[in-house]
Amino acid sequence: MIALWVVLGIIGLLLIFFIFTFNGLVRLRNQVKNAWAQIDVQLKRRHDLIPNLVETVKGYRDFERATLEAVTKARNVAQQAIGQGVGAQAKAEGELSGALTRLLAVVERYPDLKANQNFLALQEQLTSTENKISFSRQFYNDSVLNFNNKIQMFPSNVVAGVTGFKQGEFFEVKAEAEREVPKVSFEPPKA
Amino acid sequence: MWEQVRSNQIRSVILVAAMGILLLLVGFGLGYAFGNGIAGLVIALVIWAIMNLVAYFQGDSILLSMSRAMKIGPDDHPRLYNIVEEMKISSGLEKMPDVYIIDDPAPNAFATGRDPTKASVAVTSGLLEKLNRDELQGVIGHEMSHIKNRDVLLMSLCSVILGTIVILAWYGSRALLFSGGGRRSSSKGGGQAQLIIIAAAIILMILAPIFAQLIYFAISRKREYMADASSALYTRYPEGLASALEKISSSTYQLKSANQATAPMYISNPFRQKGKAATDLTSTHPPTSERIRILRSMAGGSFADYESAYSKVHKGGGNIMPATALVGTETVQFRAPASEAAVGKPEPGRMERTREVSDLMWQKSGYKIIPCDCGTKLKVPANLGRASVKCPHCGRTHNI
Repeated sequence: MIALWVVLGIIGLLLIFFIFTFNGLVRLRNQVKNAWAQIDVQLKRRHDLIPNLVETVKGYRDFERATLEAVTKARNVAQQAIGQGVGAQAKAEGELSGALTRLLAVVERYPDLKANQNFLALQEQLTSTENKISFSRQFYNDSVLNFNNKIQMFPSNVVAGVTGFKQGEFFEVKAEAEREVPKVSFEPPKA
Repeated sequence: MWEQVRSNQIRSVILVAAMGILLLLVGFGLGYAFGNGIAGLVIALVIWAIMNLVAYFQGDSILLSMSRAMKIGPDDHPRLYNIVEEMKISSGLEKMPDVYIIDDPAPNAFATGRDPTKASVAVTSGLLEKLNRDELQGVIGHEMSHIKNRDVLLMSLCSVILGTIVILAWYGSRALLFSGGGRRSSSKGGGQAQLIIIAAAIILMILAPIFAQLIYFAISRKREYMADASSALYTRYPEGLASALEKISSSTYQLKSANQATAPMYISNPFRQKGKAATDLTSTHPPTSERIRILRSMAGGSFADYESAYSKVHKGGGNIMPATALVGTETVQFRAPASEAAVGKPEPGRMERTREVSDLMWQKSGYKIIPCDCGTKLKVPANLGRASVKCPHCGRTHNI
């Protein structure tokens, strides 16, 4: 009789453990999804800012066409990459970041533009959007790390294995150009 | 890494429980001295419950209006608003907190709101003038952690218990002294035992608020360390907060609107005194110099890094982080400071920041700001009663 109760008790405890672990895993997976949605919101905000930026800069006489076109092109590529998986999107966005950084570096040579109120306001929004993108990426990667840890570590890995949780994918910046801080030259462009 | 909220910090819970027991003891002791222990207990609990309700539903608006904070939108001060949003994202908070600004030259900041969906962050104008982007980010990250970890709720719970104890002890001890202990004192016999009870009750009335305050301070200090560690994790740049704390602590202004009850809400103790002993039991905040030293000796941005930096500064002592927060965390890389990362973005200097904040303050008090082509900014009061105004420098006329 006692043995039966002990066995039932152990099964009950295991069941409770299973439920709690499963719910914990679901919560972490939702956090990962949510964090991904956050990145998307910020990326979209950046896509929306770029036409404004291009308009503001275009008005300036002999502003480098090539730089502007590169930004517009990178934006279009990034917009097409939406929904094509974490890896593809990360690559396209990395290239857009690179193009933007180059544009802002070129602006250094145009003192009038740098003093333009419109441009200054836009620049604050751009800087902050870049920060928001990298912070949302940071939170996404932290969430993925957390989720993956839980899936790999004992004893939660047993529950994850049985119920078929798959590991999350990190959002890694492929374009090395984005990581490097480009050197800003204050010399006038060579004629 | 994000589990610290859920891993209900056992030590905090024990300390809160200790304060609760102290409250019950005071209530019971007071009632006992007057002849009915249970009645005293009930009165203490009723007072506590009422104060709790007020603090829960009105606490944040009371605090914000007491410190004369003004709410701002994304266009009023884009940098501050953006930084709050950045920290909201990196902390994984679900809802953007309201942003407030306080017109006060003393640099300080606080967070309030009973839960993460109804939170506010307030900063003083002095803080906006003194700090650059990275430093402000560190401070906001610290405040965000108070919101995220529900410290505001915990601290208001504690301050309500503390307040109840102080009120009970204050009135109780006076009632005891002047009435001589209620109806029992009129009965004859057992006078000595009676005296002892009253003496014990008076001693309890004197000691209880002191003990409650010490416990309160202990909880508050622990939350400050936690918030510093979280700020380093959110920003990946502890130097920002360290240098912000340095600037804040070197300021000689005293915050006008702070008082004893609101002190623990601020990022830096508004009542610090210079030249006071470093490890002070009677402070809501750990000594700033120590917080800076810990932040600067961090090798990476994770909680584990903060923990090891803490024990380095304290020569072995540690255990500031809950164990569950340290599981599975490896060293986290720092990021580059904002001034290096953002190319072509000149960091606004002290002068520009001061102008920015001053303009905002004019606007918030009903003035209209008209920029003139000669570089002057005209500040026009709302009730001027004229359709146009002349620039005092160049004489151009502007329509209002």
